[in-house]
Parts: sequence; C-alpha cells; structure tokens
Amino acid sequence: MSIGSATPRPYLEVKDLTVRFETDDGIVQAVSESSFSLEKGQTLGIVGESGSGKSVTSLAVLGLHRTRSNAKVSGEIWLDDQELVTAGDEDVRLLRGGKMAMIFQDPLSAMHPYFTVGSQIVEAYRVHHPGVNKKAARERAIDMLARVGIPQPERRFNDYAHQFSGGMRQRAMIAMALVNDPSLLIADEPTTALDVTVQAQILDLIRDLQEEFGSAVIMITHDLGVVAELADEVLVMYGGKIIEKGPALDVFQSPQHPYTWGLLGSMPRLDREIRDRLTPVKGSPPSLINLPSGCAFHPRCPYAGRNGDRSFTEVPELRGDRHKVACHLPAEDRTTIFQQDVLPNL
Amino acid sequence: MLAYLIRRLFNAVVTLLVVTLVTFGVFFLVPKLTGSDPALLYVGKQADPVALAGIRAKLGLGDPIMLQYWKFLKGLVIGRDYSSGPDITHCAAPCLGYSFKTNQEVWPLLTHALPVTFSLAVGAAVLWVVMGVLFGVVSALRRGSIWDRGVMTIALAGVSLPIYFTGLVALSIFVYGLKWFPNADYTPFFDNPVKWFTGLILPWVTLAFLFAATYARLTRANMLETLGEDYIRTARAKGLKERTVIGKHGLRSGLTPLVTVFGLDIGALLGGAILTEAVFNLRGLGYFALNGIRTNDLPVILGVTLFAAFFIVFMNLIVDLLYGVIDPRVRLG
Repeated sequence: MSIGSATPRPYLEVKDLTVRFETDDGIVQAVSESSFSLEKGQTLGIVGESGSGKSVTSLAVLGLHRTRSNAKVSGEIWLDDQELVTAGDEDVRLLRGGKMAMIFQDPLSAMHPYFTVGSQIVEAYRVHHPGVNKKAARERAIDMLARVGIPQPERRFNDYAHQFSGGMRQRAMIAMALVNDPSLLIADEPTTALDVTVQAQILDLIRDLQEEFGSAVIMITHDLGVVAELADEVLVMYGGKIIEKGPALDVFQSPQHPYTWGLLGSMPRLDREIRDRLTPVKGSPPSLINLPSGCAFHPRCPYAGRNGDRSFTEVPELRGDRHKVACHLPAEDRTTIFQQDVLPNL
Repeated sequence: MLAYLIRRLFNAVVTLLVVTLVTFGVFFLVPKLTGSDPALLYVGKQADPVALAGIRAKLGLGDPIMLQYWKFLKGLVIGRDYSSGPDITHCAAPCLGYSFKTNQEVWPLLTHALPVTFSLAVGAAVLWVVMGVLFGVVSALRRGSIWDRGVMTIALAGVSLPIYFTGLVALSIFVYGLKWFPNADYTPFFDNPVKWFTGLILPWVTLAFLFAATYARLTRANMLETLGEDYIRTARAKGLKERTVIGKHGLRSGLTPLVTVFGLDIGALLGGAILTEAVFNLRGLGYFALNGIRTNDLPVILGVTLFAAFFIVFMNLIVDLLYGVIDPRVRLG
C-alpha cells in the first residue's frame, strides 16, 4: 500500500499520541507521547491501573474524543496508511464501526436499553452497508449472533439487552463489533463484568474470531492473566505514559519496570503456596493534572533514589531494543533486583 | 397484559373511592363539626324554619353520615331521587347534587365547562411540549454557550413568574396595548374554529410559558445525562452520524422520563387551570371551582374536586400503560 516509502508502515501505527482534557481543575494529561504499532493478525495487550490512559488511548484511535469541546488529541495515528488525527470527522466516522470496531467494558450500559439487541446490530451493519435491505441485514445480524455462540439467535434477536445474561450480552456486543468484519478490533476490558468461567469463554471467542478474520486486536485490561493468554505484544502504561513495552513472553519472563513487578506481585496465583497476603503496589495512581516530577512512578517506587535524584527530576526515556523500559535503574541492577527480590516473592 | 390492566383499573377505582370518601368527609363533616348548617347555605340566611326543615329532609342532611355517603355514592353510580314530600326530583347518574346557589345540577354544569378547560390544556400542552423540548435539546447540545445561558435564564423566569403576573402583562400588552387579539373569550371549536383559536392564543401562550420553562430545564438535564451514557458512545463507535446519535439514541431515552411528567401535568390541568381561567375569564372547571369556593357552594367544589381527581388517576393509568410500551424494562404482568 505505501508506495515510495522504504519500509511499509505497520497496519496500525500510533506515533507520539498525546491526549489532554481541559477541565475546571486544570489540564488532564491523560496520555503523553505514546507510540506503538500493530500488524494484522497480532494482538497487543495494554495493561495498567484505572486512569493509566489505556482506554483514552483506544478511544483516541477510534476518534471518539470530543475534540470540539475539551479534548485535545495530537500525534499521528495511521491505520492502513491513512492518518486519522488530522482526517476529517466524516472520514473517521466511516472507518468507525467498519474498519475499526470496539468492544466495550460493561455491555449492559454500552447497549441502548430501549432498542432490541438485534436492531442495534442491524443498525451497525447498515451504516456501513447502505445498500443492504432490512431483511438481509437482519439475516446478517442473526448469523453474527449465531457465530458468537448465542443459542436461538432468531428469537434472541428481538430481545433487549436487559433480557440477556452478562456473558450473552458480551457475546452480543462482540457480534455487533464484528458485524462489519473490522480489521482492527479494540476490546476494552471485555471480561471485567463477567464471572471467571464466562471470561474464559469470551477470551476463547475473541481468539477464535481473530484467527478467522485475521484482524489486529488491541486488548485493554488490568488483568495480566488475560494478556498472558492472548497478547503477542504488551504495553504497560502508568500515568498516561508507556513505561514498558515488548513481546509478551519477554515482559512476563523478565519484566523490567518496578511497576510491572508490582502488577505481577498483586496477581493471585493458584500454583503457588498460599502466603499470608498478596503484595499490592503501594500508594495510589497519580493525579493526571499534577503528575509527580521526574519519573511519575517515583512516589510508589521502592528503588527511587538509588542512583542520585534523577528519579525525582528527570523523566526516564523509553529505551531498549525489542523490549523497552522507561526506568532510571541501570539494566544490570534491574536484573539483580528482579532475580533476588522480586522473583522469589511472586 | 390483560391481568395487569384489570389490576390497574381496579386500583384506579379504589383510589377514586378513597378520594370520594375523603372529599365527602371534608365537605360534609366539617360544617357539622364547625356548627354551620349546609341547609342554611342552600336556602340563604333569612329562610323560615319550615323551608329549612324541608331542605334538610330533601337533601337527607339529617341522616347518619354513612348513609349520606352511601346515597352520595349511589347517586354517582346509578343516580338518586331527592324527595321533599310530594314532589320528587330525579338526579340522573352520575349525580353530583345541586348547586347551593343556582339550584342547577352540578354534573351538566361541569361537563359544559370541560371543553373550555380541555381546549386550554391541550392547546397549551402542544405549545409547551414543542417549545420546551426544542429549547431543552438545543441547550443541552450547546451546553455552556450564550444560547444555553440565555434559554436557562428565561426558563428560570418562566418557572418563577406566576400566571397572574405573566397573564396580566400579556393582556395589557397584546389586548389593551397593541390590540392584536380580542379579549380572550371561549368560542366552541365547532361553532367557529378561527374564533376558538384566536380567543385562546393568549391563554395558551401564558400557560405554556410556565410549563415550557419547566420542560426545557427537564429536557436539558435528561439529555445531558443521556448524552453521557455509555450507549451513546457505543452509537458513535458504530459510526452512526451525529444526527442519528442525538436524534435517535439520545432523544429516545432523553425524552422518555418526560412522559410521566406530561401525563401528570395534563391530568392536573384538566381538573381546571384555576389561575389562567381566572385571569382570562374563561369559564372552565377552574373558574367554577373558584366561584364555588368564593360562594361556599359545596356541591360544586366537591364536583370539581372529583373531576380533578378522576383526571389525575386516569392520566396516571395512561402513563403506566404507556410505559409498558415505551420502556421495555418495565414488565407488565
């Protein structure tokens, strides 16, 4: 597609994405200069606490921030060689729900309470297929409902969201997102509202559908288990910045950032002896209006101040080859700390 | 659905029964307790004792209170006879008795007043719903703009200014000052639709101003809440046009709560828009209510009260049934 350029652009490429919101209390720096890319058929996991910028990043890709009011989006977002940040509203609208689609977190509130589930899927299909008549669109919707494993799809077509169980609702949401065969699928914590057995089913479903359609998937979650299961690449976000990034296996086997260690430590595991408690990351997420100086993680980092006061004054750069990390600790220190302090306690 | 309907109808009838009991209690018990005599009200202060006794017998004022109530109820349902010795007057159902002042039957009096109130309420309702929703939606979409602030300021004025102020100002400007309209007057629609319309414009606008203000504020608040919902974001994420997002997904849930308010407002107004009718001298139910109160005409007050209660209960029923249709989460059954 990219004629003339030396290396072809990745299917999705996000460069220096910055999202800010002007509020009465000040400017909220929700995402700062984040860059990542994704190819078709690949899955990218974005991990972080609430307010770390995961959802804001994905909404920016879909162009769902209200840039006419208080949101400011800068940087570049390339999807299939088309730049989206500077593109016209109408151009992005036509991609939304078509080439790129999103599965939302809580399907009960993300589905309209007054329209039947079927009609909402039909609507999503017909926006991008204006020539298709109602009957064909209805068949397509029923077909999608069947595909995501909803029993008796003809009957469930006429039900409302509140008449579905949580898992079925999330399936319907997935059917709605996939109805136009999107090549980029963003799933924003798709399993948070579900119980564990249903979670596994939904993740399997997303994986199967990805294999079937060959789409690129961004999986946003705070659940590292989900990422471990599905992702090829992982981004760890903290305070609106990417602080660690790399192939999923590397990030799990040799995590580099103290925050990532914290995340791993706070994960319950069945294959370990029951120790007295989980070790949560101490402190609370930073305010995005007043980010801590230097490394935003320093107030919660047990290793801040090890090498002078750089952590308090200087923002660490995201450095590395395939596996990148934004941390002032020297690489060899990190390895020793991880081996000696962290790993035995995981 | 049918079972639900029957249950609701039954509830409505019980509610109305309770209303008759309470109003009957208030209107017939209170004079007894305070020592005033309804019969005196009926015949006037200088009545001779014989006439007074006749009236008492005719109206059954000497009967035990429960018997009086029973006769009253019976009159409502199947009609009743008032007999004073030789001559018997039959009051057909639904019998609300006779006006103390004019000796006319109350029911026909009120049913004649009803079209006036009905015309006033319905005309004003059309105006205020259209204006209120329109201004409310645009304010919500342009939140914080000059337009929004302007509309909300006017709406605040609309909510705070009483009818007897806005009505009189409207009268003095448009009728006596500019002479754009004739003095408000009711002409039955079927006699002359044009005169019906011109005669009611000013009362409509005055009444609608008050309600439109409330509706604009309500609509604005509902729309703002709705537009912040996740499903609106979903609608956008599907790639729908902004027009569809607001006009279909937004309005559908933004306006649904208005149905309740609208039903109750209309119900309340049909029982008589007392202030508007008084200011514009329209002889609707409110006018008779006011007159009845002024002249201590108990049967008329009782009649209007029952009418008003009926409309409220009736509209409540309609709203409940309507909700079963417009809100799929409400299960009728």
